[in-house]
Amino acid sequence: MSRIEINELCVSFGRNPVLKNISLSIPDRQIICIIGPSGCGKTTLLKSLNRLLDLNEDVSITGDVRVDGQSIYQSRLDVTALRKKVGFLPQRPYPLPMSIYDNVAFGPRIHGLDGLNALSGGKAGSPAAGAKTSRKDKDRLVEHYLTLAGLWDEVKDRLSEPAAKLSIGQQQRLALARVLSIEPEVILADEATSALDPISARLVENQFRLLKKDYTIILVTHILRQARRLGDYIVFLYMGDLVEHKPAAEFFGDPSDEKTKAYVNGDIS
Amino acid sequence: MNRRKLEENFFKFLMALSLGLVFLALAGIILIVLIKGLSSLSWSMIFETPKGGYYLGGEGGIANAIVGSLYLVAGATVLALIISLPVALALQKEYLGKRFADITRLVLDILWGTPSIVYGAFGFVVMVWLGLRASLLGGIIVLTLLMIPIMTRAMDEAVRLVPYELKEMAYAMGTTRFETTLAVVLRQAFPGVCTGVILAVGRGIGDAASILFTAGYTDEIPRSLFDPVASLPLAVFFQSGTPVPEVQARAFTAALILLVIVLVINIVARLLGWRFSKNIVR
Repeated sequence: MSRIEINELCVSFGRNPVLKNISLSIPDRQIICIIGPSGCGKTTLLKSLNRLLDLNEDVSITGDVRVDGQSIYQSRLDVTALRKKVGFLPQRPYPLPMSIYDNVAFGPRIHGLDGLNALSGGKAGSPAAGAKTSRKDKDRLVEHYLTLAGLWDEVKDRLSEPAAKLSIGQQQRLALARVLSIEPEVILADEATSALDPISARLVENQFRLLKKDYTIILVTHILRQARRLGDYIVFLYMGDLVEHKPAAEFFGDPSDEKTKAYVNGDIS
Repeated sequence: MNRRKLEENFFKFLMALSLGLVFLALAGIILIVLIKGLSSLSWSMIFETPKGGYYLGGEGGIANAIVGSLYLVAGATVLALIISLPVALALQKEYLGKRFADITRLVLDILWGTPSIVYGAFGFVVMVWLGLRASLLGGIIVLTLLMIPIMTRAMDEAVRLVPYELKEMAYAMGTTRFETTLAVVLRQAFPGVCTGVILAVGRGIGDAASILFTAGYTDEIPRSLFDPVASLPLAVFFQSGTPVPEVQARAFTAALILLVIVLVINIVARLLGWRFSKNIVR
């Protein structure tokens, strides 16, 4: 299981500091909620964990993030392997421009995963190199991940249709299936329910609850009630500073910082 | 009626007027080419090369120009596509820095605006320098140069319209730049890529000035890349310049055939773009 250690992480865009000196150790196999007012750096912190910030042009990063003890900002790191291990669920679920089936089959194909680990229930071991996945195995794989994302029953009769035809709630669960299909250990979710209707949001939340026994889920949310419902561990950011982080019960029951108290009480938002 | 409503109606009227003018121009072109060109349209026009005395009203057709134009444009389109598509994709910010990409775009825009006679003159100088005669090869090369900026910039715009979040999501799955470009960007931008090809083909097949010196003109269908080659735009040009009314009418027939070819290419490309765009994300 992946352990994530953040050490004195500072991120700025141009001259504008977004994250200031964040140090944090993230517990595994839990739902970790990163909360805080808009613009406090939640998404930036999330994206710093699988180097999605690299795609921004004028970003500068100091400090260190370690995943399984390995520093992810060293220049020789295989970024694709990191992103396979630390999957990402975006705020707006863009489907890939392919069929529903191919959306799920794409990840395993590029990473050469035959999915036998996932299907046999074990998570250890590496995929057999160069083994050609048969069509039947691929079908089972697609079904497996769509089921895991809670979408299978709704799409099983129209797998060859364009994924863009799904409703936005279905697209978000498809995005979840797609993340799961690359066999990550950590799932980063950036306000993954904020674009969804309440029913779809509830469906996605339920999937998170089911998945947390096998995955570390780091969820950015600006909805305090969602953090209360889902979070096992809460990280509170304010204006780029890490204000407080502790287990959810403690965080909501006995916040120590004045800012946290104000935020939890709804005095600042 | 108050002032704001008057304004609104005035601009509505202006828009309707410009739209009307555009349609009128198109209808006018098609009508005149049809009226003047249909009379001498015949199978022999399409399938025969000029026979003796053709340019004085004798028998024969312009198969040399039809086949020549198709050769020229097919060759140039393939070459331009091979060059333009990778360039358009490389203009993404993941590959080239924004500064370098913007300079490239500026250069391409200037080339796009360069008159085709300049391409022709440039091509001619280069061919003289290489010791090449006016030939199919020369025409193809100059047309390729003419088409590259159009194709590249049109494709570049289509590629730039691919939502950033879509690419980010592909990268978040651990794809390489190449995989993202191939599996996501190219699929999403495919209709735009087709439009780029159409625009470039349209400009290339209709251009007379650039191939005047470089491709030459002949009554034969070329047998090799080094033979001179006839083309439809030049067939229009030469025939409308003769004093013989019958030959002048044939100029319009050539124009009509050119128009039909452009139309067919357009329709085929659109169908292709449409056929492969059902998966794109809006």
